[in-house]
Amino acid sequence: MKKVVDYLKSLLLLELAAGLWVTLKYLFKHKYTLRFPMETIPRSVRFRGLHALRRYPNGEERCIACKLCEAVCPALAITIDSAPRASDGQRRTTRYDIDLFKCIYCGFCEESCPVDSIVLTDILEYHMERRGENIITKPQLLAMGDRFEKSIAANRAQDAAYR
Amino acid sequence: MNDALIFGWTLGKILAIAVPVIIAVAMYVWWERKVIGWMHVRIGPNKIGPFGLLQAFADVVKLLIKEVIIPTNANRFLYFAAPLLSVIPALAVWAVIPFNGGGFVLANVNAGVLYVLAMSSLGVYGIILAGWASNSRYALLGSMRSAAQMISYEICIGMALVTVLILAGSLNFTAIVEAQAGGKGLFDWFWLPLLPMFLVFYISGVAETNRLPFDVAEGESEIVAGFHVEYSGSAFALFFLAEYANMILMSFLVSILFMGGWLSPFQGWHLGWFSEPGWWWLFLKFFVFATSLLWLRATFPRYRYDQIMRLGWKVFIPISIAWIFVAGLFRFFGVVTIGH
Repeated sequence: MKKVVDYLKSLLLLELAAGLWVTLKYLFKHKYTLRFPMETIPRSVRFRGLHALRRYPNGEERCIACKLCEAVCPALAITIDSAPRASDGQRRTTRYDIDLFKCIYCGFCEESCPVDSIVLTDILEYHMERRGENIITKPQLLAMGDRFEKSIAANRAQDAAYR
Repeated sequence: MNDALIFGWTLGKILAIAVPVIIAVAMYVWWERKVIGWMHVRIGPNKIGPFGLLQAFADVVKLLIKEVIIPTNANRFLYFAAPLLSVIPALAVWAVIPFNGGGFVLANVNAGVLYVLAMSSLGVYGIILAGWASNSRYALLGSMRSAAQMISYEICIGMALVTVLILAGSLNFTAIVEAQAGGKGLFDWFWLPLLPMFLVFYISGVAETNRLPFDVAEGESEIVAGFHVEYSGSAFALFFLAEYANMILMSFLVSILFMGGWLSPFQGWHLGWFSEPGWWWLFLKFFVFATSLLWLRATFPRYRYDQIMRLGWKVFIPISIAWIFVAGLFRFFGVVTIGH
């Protein structure tokens, strides 16, 4: 008897109708699509994106070539050479390269930096067009820091209480 | 001179139907992506043209400028004949489809239903040949599945058509629509006395066009793309065109055979313009059925191969045979009024 009832029920396609009803409801639901280049989602102040080297307000670069970031980097993405600066003999980097292909954006370099020089900005939209562009050099990193200092400082200030 | 005129006139009529069908396919693809996107809580294509309307045309251009790669051991002649064999019947079928009561039909032949059956059966050769000629295991599996499925469901479609023919008493599409005219609005159409057959025909139509949930012939998750896995570029575009043209045709057939074609759902109710028959009703019904095909695709998972066979042979065919008798009784005792 149950078999017959089940057979008749299956002929009425009730379960299929229930499934169709679900998708019909979804047809009119609010859509989650983000129109990406025009819209972006809010980003955390702790977001770890592209790297930058910061300067002090007086224009002096923060990095003192302690090489802690180079030592802590688990992906060996950072290469640093250092020498006394010609003008005043201070210890400074002559070379500060980050290989973006090796970098895993773990943020250890930023954590280890005693002078808050190397930071990870919240920039995630970037690309390379030629071989070799994956290695960013010291001037590029400093330029990044100069250009985005405002947002970098703002993000650090917001997060300062939790560090 | 006279011959040339007739030739040109016929050619013009063919183009007047074939070109809109091809454009309709493009728009249908866009509509499919939109509807399925909405049901996935996405928004679908929206970049190319207003609301992404030109997306399908961009895809066509992309496909046409791509290279057609021929597998090494493919049978070259059959490999190229297969897409043609599937697209030509898909377009040729439109010759007998009437669009309104005023005789807007390329060929108002008396055996229109038979012609449609014959053409849709021819389409399966394109698929079988595509699978065989491309000399690939996936393609062969897909085409064998497709052949079995199409043969099974063509029987159901034939049986469902028989019930319509019993009631309408004609093989001519225009006559079949006119047999559904009457004073009771949409309750004069054949879907009511033939309700099980209407469902059988619709579901078999979905299976016949290899659409989800009956798309084992393509079965992306199992056999990559089935019969057209080795096709690229314009050859693939032809298969694509044929599939969507067949879907549009199936929507038209359901509208014409069971839903009163161009007759108004309010016929005989004296609602002025609303009760008038016209091509817009046919296109409205077509739109509803075409959209429902996309709705099915967004909703159901794929049937297992043996379930498809079971549904065709052990459910649909017995119901169809039973309903042929019921339709005969309807006709004999005059339960259903035919025509005015």
